[in-house]
Amino acid sequence: MADALLSAESVTRRFGDFVAVDSVSLEVRAGEIVGLLGANGAGKTTLIRMILGLLPVSEGTVSLFGAPPSRATRARLGYVSQGLGLWNDLTVEENLAFVGSAYGGVPISVPDALAGLSSRLVGGIGLGRQRQVAFAAALGHSPELLVLDEPTSGVDPLSRARLWDAIHEAADSGAGVLVTTHYMQEAQQCDRLVLMSQGREVASGGEADIVGDTRTIAVRTDHWAVAFEALDAAGVMTMLAGTHVRAVDATEAQVRAALGDIPAQLESASATLEEAMVARERIA
Amino acid sequence: MTWGVSHLSVRYGDVAALTDVSLEVVAGEVVALVGGDGAGKTTLLRSMTRTVGAHAGEVNAPGVAQIGFMPTQAGVWRELTVDENISFVAAAQGVAGADLTQRRAELLEATGLTEATDRLAGALSGGMRQKLAFSLAMLHRPPLLLLDEPSTGVDPVSRVELWRMIAKAAADGAAIAMATTYLDEADRASQVVVLDSGEVLLAGTPAEVLEAIPGHVRVSASRGDAARSWRRGHQYREWVAEDPPAGVARAADLEDAVVAAALAKEAALTTEAARG
Repeated sequence: MADALLSAESVTRRFGDFVAVDSVSLEVRAGEIVGLLGANGAGKTTLIRMILGLLPVSEGTVSLFGAPPSRATRARLGYVSQGLGLWNDLTVEENLAFVGSAYGGVPISVPDALAGLSSRLVGGIGLGRQRQVAFAAALGHSPELLVLDEPTSGVDPLSRARLWDAIHEAADSGAGVLVTTHYMQEAQQCDRLVLMSQGREVASGGEADIVGDTRTIAVRTDHWAVAFEALDAAGVMTMLAGTHVRAVDATEAQVRAALGDIPAQLESASATLEEAMVARERIA
Repeated sequence: MTWGVSHLSVRYGDVAALTDVSLEVVAGEVVALVGGDGAGKTTLLRSMTRTVGAHAGEVNAPGVAQIGFMPTQAGVWRELTVDENISFVAAAQGVAGADLTQRRAELLEATGLTEATDRLAGALSGGMRQKLAFSLAMLHRPPLLLLDEPSTGVDPVSRVELWRMIAKAAADGAAIAMATTYLDEADRASQVVVLDSGEVLLAGTPAEVLEAIPGHVRVSASRGDAARSWRRGHQYREWVAEDPPAGVARAADLEDAVVAAALAKEAALTTEAARG
């Protein structure tokens, strides 16, 4: 197996008495896309800031390309933050030129999809396009490791597919990728997932490892609203899915008892990634 | 009761923000408006509150007092506490007395904010803030709820709670139109309208939308035509213009369907441009 580009070992970060990240270990190898999942406050952003060297660790070690985070390691990675890190009052072209010179004079060309927008101010081109610019800026110096914090929020489905094509292309050519997302279809694009909750790693591996043995019961009835109210009142975790209701992490007996004499067909299946994640959080 | 718009066009100067868009919002149901930034979702919602004027077509919506509107990322007053937010909106909507006392208790319980009434709204987490914004939009029990990207930036746990509140409002009889950029979320709605550059790209129940695309989406292990294929995990998808073989679905899910429809539109525009 390839050496890890990024390796975090038992990393902890405290803010006063508050433990934001609690002994988390994580590795990203060349060619691998690792998805970091978790609710707000789970510690994802704090972990990423330590990995980038923006925040010192309280305990543990972070190693990038075999060395502690530094200016030299920063030059070998590409980072797209949630805030995108672009200058709104510079044009698309000027933003890319600026980033290129920050990396020591790498020319970064405007992507084809943005060709008509080269001279437009970044502040005026819409969020979806801004994300494409931020991607081009992060990929311009052919980084060996990409760190992406919710990269496709607000983007239309076709542009999102194009951004993910770029992520897969970077991984295929040997880059390691660490990506955070709130969306399960994006999580499914990853090779491996790490789920964090309240500062700790609570599960890792493929989708099946995260879902574990969490089950969901699809409740099919002509009266979804009545069934929804009944299950909700009984404290069952319920999700709406078009015209049926899903009862997560509940037994058939619990669902039958909650429904009473409401006629319904029950069908048990493995939970979705999202359902399993929320169920784990409820237990925690 | 059904509200909506019919053959609606909206222009901002020379720019067509919406072109011939129709939408039905039915009591007791959630319709999802899907599209990226600039697709026309906000303009469509704003046209129903009549803050955006129609260039052509019709709007069928109740007066603003009967509408609950949740703007994107800005549905609360950050400098006010949770309690003050509720009082302010209650005063604006004319909710008072015993009704307000009951409504306040219900909404605080549903949002999990009962213990946080003195906190500034600006100090709440993104998920909490969006749940509060939703509560404010529905404080006066409007029969029509218009929600502009309520779940953007909200983590999965808060999103499930937000969805539970939305589903409950629908179960209680509200007609709900909700904008979102995410298709796994649209799958939870009873109707989906996909907008692209101000036009309806696809519309119907989630199942109907899958069958409404031209051609079909082929799944394969290697990349096909570069302009028409995209990656999903370890597999490739390719949109092909031909109908699928008998017994094969046009698309596996909404994500594939919408990407395919956007590519089909792109291909049609390219052909048109080539013809001059």
